[in-house]
Amino acid sequence: MKKLIKGFYLFLIILFLYLPIFTLMVFSFNGSKSMSVWTGFSTMWYKEMATDPMIVEAIWNTFTIAVAAGVIATVVGTLACIGISVMSKRSESLIMGFNNIPLLNADIVTGIALMMSFLVFGITLSWGTVLLSHVTFCLPYVILSVMPKFKQLTITNYEAALDLGATPLYAFWKVVLPELRPGIISGFLLAFTMSVDDFVVTHFTRGAGINTISTLIYSQAKVGIRPTLFALSTVIFVMVLVVLGVSNFISQRSEDEE
Amino acid sequence: MRKKKVLLAGVALAMAFLSMVMLSGCGHDKNALYIYNFGDYIDPDLIEEFTKETGIKVVYSTFDTNEELYPVIRNRTASYDVICASDYMLEKMLEEKMLTEMDYDQIPNSEFLMPEFSANIEKFDKGAKHVVPHTWGTMGIMYNTEKIPEGSVKSWNDLWNEKYSGSIVMPDSMRDTMAVALKAKGYSLNTTKKKELAAATKYLIKQKPMVYKYANDAARDLLVGNSADIGVIWSGEYIYCQELNPSLRFVIPEEGSEQFIDGWAIPKEAENKKAAYKWINFMLSKKAALKNFDYLYYTIPNKQVKIGIDEKFSNDRVIFPLADDLKSNEALRYLGPDGDKLYTDYWKEFKSE
Amino acid sequence: MTFRKLLAAPFIFWIIAGTVIPLGVIGFYGFTTRDRNFTFENITAIFTAEHAQALLLALLLAAISTLICFVLAFPLSLILRSSGLGQKGFMVFIFILPMWMNFLLRTMAWQVILEKGGLINAIITSMGFEPLELINTSGAIVLGMVYDFLPFMVLPIYNTLMKIDDNIIEAAYDLGATHKRVIWNILLPLSIPGIASGVTMVFVPALTTFVISNMLGGGKINLIGNIIEQEFTTSANWNLGSGLSLIMMIFIVGSMMLLSKLDKEGEGNFI
Repeated sequence: MKKLIKGFYLFLIILFLYLPIFTLMVFSFNGSKSMSVWTGFSTMWYKEMATDPMIVEAIWNTFTIAVAAGVIATVVGTLACIGISVMSKRSESLIMGFNNIPLLNADIVTGIALMMSFLVFGITLSWGTVLLSHVTFCLPYVILSVMPKFKQLTITNYEAALDLGATPLYAFWKVVLPELRPGIISGFLLAFTMSVDDFVVTHFTRGAGINTISTLIYSQAKVGIRPTLFALSTVIFVMVLVVLGVSNFISQRSEDEE
Repeated sequence: MRKKKVLLAGVALAMAFLSMVMLSGCGHDKNALYIYNFGDYIDPDLIEEFTKETGIKVVYSTFDTNEELYPVIRNRTASYDVICASDYMLEKMLEEKMLTEMDYDQIPNSEFLMPEFSANIEKFDKGAKHVVPHTWGTMGIMYNTEKIPEGSVKSWNDLWNEKYSGSIVMPDSMRDTMAVALKAKGYSLNTTKKKELAAATKYLIKQKPMVYKYANDAARDLLVGNSADIGVIWSGEYIYCQELNPSLRFVIPEEGSEQFIDGWAIPKEAENKKAAYKWINFMLSKKAALKNFDYLYYTIPNKQVKIGIDEKFSNDRVIFPLADDLKSNEALRYLGPDGDKLYTDYWKEFKSE
Repeated sequence: MTFRKLLAAPFIFWIIAGTVIPLGVIGFYGFTTRDRNFTFENITAIFTAEHAQALLLALLLAAISTLICFVLAFPLSLILRSSGLGQKGFMVFIFILPMWMNFLLRTMAWQVILEKGGLINAIITSMGFEPLELINTSGAIVLGMVYDFLPFMVLPIYNTLMKIDDNIIEAAYDLGATHKRVIWNILLPLSIPGIASGVTMVFVPALTTFVISNMLGGGKINLIGNIIEQEFTTSANWNLGSGLSLIMMIFIVGSMMLLSKLDKEGEGNFI
């Protein structure tokens, strides 16, 4: 009986979480613009999506910005962790305090603050300003993922490598980095996701003609939602499912092997 | 010593990379044409055709309301070469010296413009030196005859009829929404009298619980999709709506309405004015104007459109009205900074209620 | 070893350029008029009726959403905890998967479903009932908030619950505690760091959102986020917008301080 109630509760929450997404998926195959009546199976919205230059460009912008922001944030963040780890406790907590600001601040404040700063310093908004802003709010996630791994680092291994004649760079590459790798990867993935998912900061810092998937949806919702967006969300959902599924599977397996 | 060098080199590299990114942040393609237009306000195929014809790359962005456009141009949050805006907003920009005087020699197709529609522009821009018309239209009420008897909607006050509670769509744009209430109360839509504005605001607040949604361009989909039964839309939307839902009717209320002319203008700081002229000229060409009409169904004040389109459209008095039809209509005017502030304050009061 | 510290230079540079200076700029605009004179007007503007109402409504809706999220998430996390290790990875995966979908798409989905001509009302009317007013209400906004932010509540609570030693719970049962008492006196207090983290992660974005209220409120409901957004996008009054942002940040800082008090070790961190 208890098990039944528990199962039912889980089922209800899952229904709540997935019903909207599946509704979109179903109506992306609808033969008409209707959002409530099924008028027959069709893949017309997928064809229209693939040939709509606005959507294609938005997808391109979204992923190039996310990859670039993820890479920059990961590199800068990992380097920073090396630096911070040799700092005094006081400066470390000071830096970590500042690091937490964009993490906990409201998106809208981060967005308008960055927009005003760009304009005050005479930088015209563009693709680049979006990238800079994304790196800004991605960095804290990288730091928070990599820093704990630094704390667990067995520093003696590195010192041993140095004693055996390795250069610091070589020792870092061969000894330290492998230990940090899980933190770096999860930091990059987090940064990437945050960037893909962001709307508010992009909304305020984007320049002429720059649309990401999020800003495109927002402006389309004002003009009138078209089922091409349903097709888009289906594609994104399947992609997320595959990527997450595969990475989940891999990490599960490597855990099992250990 | 060596490791110090390596590390310093690493830091230098990282800094160089950062500044490169910073520089790319300032990227503005000098050869491209930056266009800023209302959402869904030209046939999107025309952008590609323009590029094919002239070899000029187009960067196209859209906005939702005039009020959204203004700060972008004013604060130069982005740099545009050609913009499309409504009469009152263009008047404001002209007054603040934000627009370039047009060189009509570079717009030979301007000979096709229909002067009778440019009257709105002449009121603030003698000889239309700064603005080239794109579309013309009026605001009206669209209603669904399946729910509301045909012919029963005549006045703006019908939007306050409690029978339609929960099925009314109103615009979500400061001047237009206020215009509906002001007209319903029998005032001018350019009034700056506090008493009249306060009455209109009160009237809007009274209507708020009955309104299904405040929406601009999305209003048409709500009416077509039977989510709403009565709503305010622009004349250009009505043919589109009727094609998709034949039980919809469009009426211009007896109190008179708001008529607008939206036009192209070139901001003072435009970096590629030559391309901007080419774009405006292209928009006035027969091919582009006809395509725009077929896509938008807004009045295109272009002689070639009136001749070129189906008679059922050119004889439609909503699209090409006779002089008599326009007598009681008014156009929005720019009311100066004090007038702007007055409207903003009343608008906020209504919005937060 | 000072040169190793240099590696943090790009990051510190980024913090200064991307966080410290922009916050300074907000502060500058918030305390000046358009003519760059010092003023408190943009701050005290919060006490005018329209701004105060928007702030109070935002606080109310955010609080309701946070409460609902907690009421849904805590039992869910308990069930996930007790559901055994074999399923663990898979079940958690199910619950975070929607979080990876674009946030705008998820909100748009509700707009489509709740519309009067939308799916739910189509079902209701086909059964012969009158259509319901679902969208463009405060309820729709709360629903959107709960839907969008629920995973942020589930993850930290689940993480802290998983860290609780099974032996403690078994000991409690051995000593004769009822199931209810174990939940109330052991699991709930021990998961407070996670709850605190979840509450902040839901409350702050809900308080400051303008997207959800815009898409599901139909322009009828103005939250403080909407007011600030409008000051930047339509009213072009950066000074007032900045001043109101500073007020909003008081509430953000407040909930952050509460969090750091309740979650000293950073246990509830969901990363």
